[in-house]
Amino acid sequence: MMTQIGNYAACVALAVVLGGSGGAAFAGDAAKGKATFVRVGCYECHGHQGQGGVAGLKLAPDPLPYETLAAFVRSSSGPMPPYSDKILSDADLSDIYAYLASIPKPPDPKSIPPLNP
Amino acid sequence: MARKPEVDRRKFLTSVAVAGAATAVASEATGAAVDTTQSQPPKPSALRPSAAVAAAESAVPAALPHAEGRPGSDFMVDVLRSLKFEYLATNPASSCRGIHESLVNYGNNERPEMLTVMHEESGTGMAHGYSKVAGKPMALLFHGTVGLQHATMGIYNAWCDRVPIVVMVGNHLDAATRPPGVPTTHSAQDPLSLIRDFTKWDDQPGSLQAYAEAMVRAYKIAMTPPMEPVAIALDAHLQEHPQNGEMLSIPKLTLTSPPQGDANAVREAARLLAAAERPVIVADRAARTANGMRGVIALAETLNAPVVDQGGRLNMPTSHYLNQSGRGGALVGQADVILALELTDLWGTLNTFVDNVQGTRTSRLKPNAKVINLGVGDLYIRANYQDFQRFADADISIGADAEATLPALIEAVKAEMTAERRAQNDKRADDLRKAHAQGRERAMAAAVLGWDSSPVTTARLSAEIWAAVRNEDWALVSSDFFQSLWPHRLWNMDKHYQFIGGSGGAGVGYGLPAAVGAALAHRSEGRLVVNIQSDGDMMYAPGALWTAVHHKIPLLTVMHNNRAYHQEFMHLQKVGNWRNRGVDRAHIATTIRDPFIDYAKLAQSMGMLGIGPIEDPKDLAPALQRAVQIVKAGDPVLIDVVSEPR
Ligand code: HEC
Repeated sequence: MMTQIGNYAACVALAVVLGGSGGAAFAGDAAKGKATFVRVGCYECHGHQGQGGVAGLKLAPDPLPYETLAAFVRSSSGPMPPYSDKILSDADLSDIYAYLASIPKPPDPKSIPPLNP
Repeated sequence: MARKPEVDRRKFLTSVAVAGAATAVASEATGAAVDTTQSQPPKPSALRPSAAVAAAESAVPAALPHAEGRPGSDFMVDVLRSLKFEYLATNPASSCRGIHESLVNYGNNERPEMLTVMHEESGTGMAHGYSKVAGKPMALLFHGTVGLQHATMGIYNAWCDRVPIVVMVGNHLDAATRPPGVPTTHSAQDPLSLIRDFTKWDDQPGSLQAYAEAMVRAYKIAMTPPMEPVAIALDAHLQEHPQNGEMLSIPKLTLTSPPQGDANAVREAARLLAAAERPVIVADRAARTANGMRGVIALAETLNAPVVDQGGRLNMPTSHYLNQSGRGGALVGQADVILALELTDLWGTLNTFVDNVQGTRTSRLKPNAKVINLGVGDLYIRANYQDFQRFADADISIGADAEATLPALIEAVKAEMTAERRAQNDKRADDLRKAHAQGRERAMAAAVLGWDSSPVTTARLSAEIWAAVRNEDWALVSSDFFQSLWPHRLWNMDKHYQFIGGSGGAGVGYGLPAAVGAALAHRSEGRLVVNIQSDGDMMYAPGALWTAVHHKIPLLTVMHNNRAYHQEFMHLQKVGNWRNRGVDRAHIATTIRDPFIDYAKLAQSMGMLGIGPIEDPKDLAPALQRAVQIVKAGDPVLIDVVSEPR
């Protein structure tokens, strides 16, 4: 049967956004990147829009600078499993980055009726 | 009793059944032989039962004597009545036919009313959810052996979740008189050994008087903290045979008062808390009732201490500024005194564990931090199953029920606290209010990410449900861990019954039946009950949907349909990455695709209004509004929403 990844407290802690800047226009192909983001499983923990949740941090909009993101993806030794270039090519990773950088800013929460009942 | 050896009813039924089976096989073979000689293809037809089969299935032969005298199982119903069981969930079983008939014809199917469940695990899950809301057990009646085997995982969940349920199983004990064949296959000399590792007490009474005493004891033990499942095996002979004129009496039920903390230990704990600069309260199953929640609030306010609610129950209102669950790990790391209330996992609270290749473990504790452990965990513990978790150090360990001990602890803290300390603590309040407000703002800012996208985000799913129910007297009866805790982050959960935690044992298949059972307990209060339902969990035993319709249990089920056993999907992804060989095959045997399941149709097939699948988040609000009206009118509804994984 299932085991939970982490306990409640750990997962809430995960939800804390580490922040970041960047998100400038990027050389990768955003459309291809969107498909790759799903194919290699990033969405499983981060959500299709990189929105984050109990299983992974928010990645977009405004992703970390490419170098920081790539370094993290290649060498994570924490709860996120690393992706070596053997299983995720540099080209795929830059497409993923282009996809994350293309995700538009969300609406203002105050403008959304269900969030302001 | 009127025993007539010349026509033993049991022997009669069993022998005709065996003869019938033999006859059926013979005629089938003959039929096939005849068909080969015919030029016309055979007409499809049902196998015609032989006269003996028909008799065995339905008829009561004229020669059979009617059982005379008052059946033993009528007395068993009297015992159930004395314990004020409102409901008894059952999946029908020949080993329980005696008491089943008594419940229906002698008890008139009232108090307890029988609930038809389609899997024993569903019945157990229903009893589990019901008990957490009603504050008392539901009775369960299952076949021994095979029925109990079906029920076991649900019983383990209830055990881990400290929930009282009373399981009864039928059994033919006497090898000389029990029917041969299937009833013997289903008999056991010690049927309850199967669940003894995760029940608090069990018995197989050998007489009706012993049954009465066993049931009252079982009920009492189940309801004494640590509350746990109990089980009684009902001998079929005892059920089916008339009472033999013995004087029977039903003992009085007097519930045992919950264990309260030793006064010295409580005072010692109060001293530490009253002197603490940065105390933190961590609670998992501290609030069984409204009183429990009042106690947690009062203690937190007395100390101005943040509360980390781990979600086994609703221990602290989410809107209270001292509910700081979102920064639980950090708060434990900064604390000088940690008060643990009814935790499942003290070790996991005081330490971090990272699920990486090394499985990194580090202590969160500041040097010299003191830990007070208050709970019933040490009072009853078994060896085999490891739900007691890893051993953790504590400076004061109080083996007592937290809810019952909180009033004394609060008084002791007040008595120990100096005016100076009180003034310092009060200064914390502003910071804590600010942190609480910021937590809410961060949640709102995170909730809008992917707001209009498909699959529907779990934040939007939760926000839309909240908007649809918030003006009702509502209760959420599912855990929200898989929905990234969005209901906890966005909703005002203020009453203890508005959230009842999860399965306890993380055995999947709990969600749907527990929701139906909890909804049944809420029904008499007229509450609007919401179940956010995982798809994988639903498919273990979807027949609980039928039970909800059949018994008219109003319940709004909103599917969090991520089309996967998603937790396992992520585990597979991790291992594939770690082993550096392939990251695009983790969906194999972890996903529910090809084909997708149409949950609205599944609900419809059982007579429930099913809406969906909803893929566009804009369709959610109108569907919810419609569904809420129907649920308020008394029926269950299911809305299928194709959703983000977490
Ligand atoms: C099994 C779950 C899982 C998968 C799959 C996964 N991640 Fe993560 N990711 C996480 C977790 C958990 C964290 C937080 C890590 C930490 O705290 O050390 C994280 C963190 C990150 C961060 C750092 C974010 C920040 O703000 O610090 C980036 C970037 C990231 N992931 C990108 C990706 C990409 C790109 C993929 C796919 C190629 C991916 N992740 C796949 C779980 C996952």
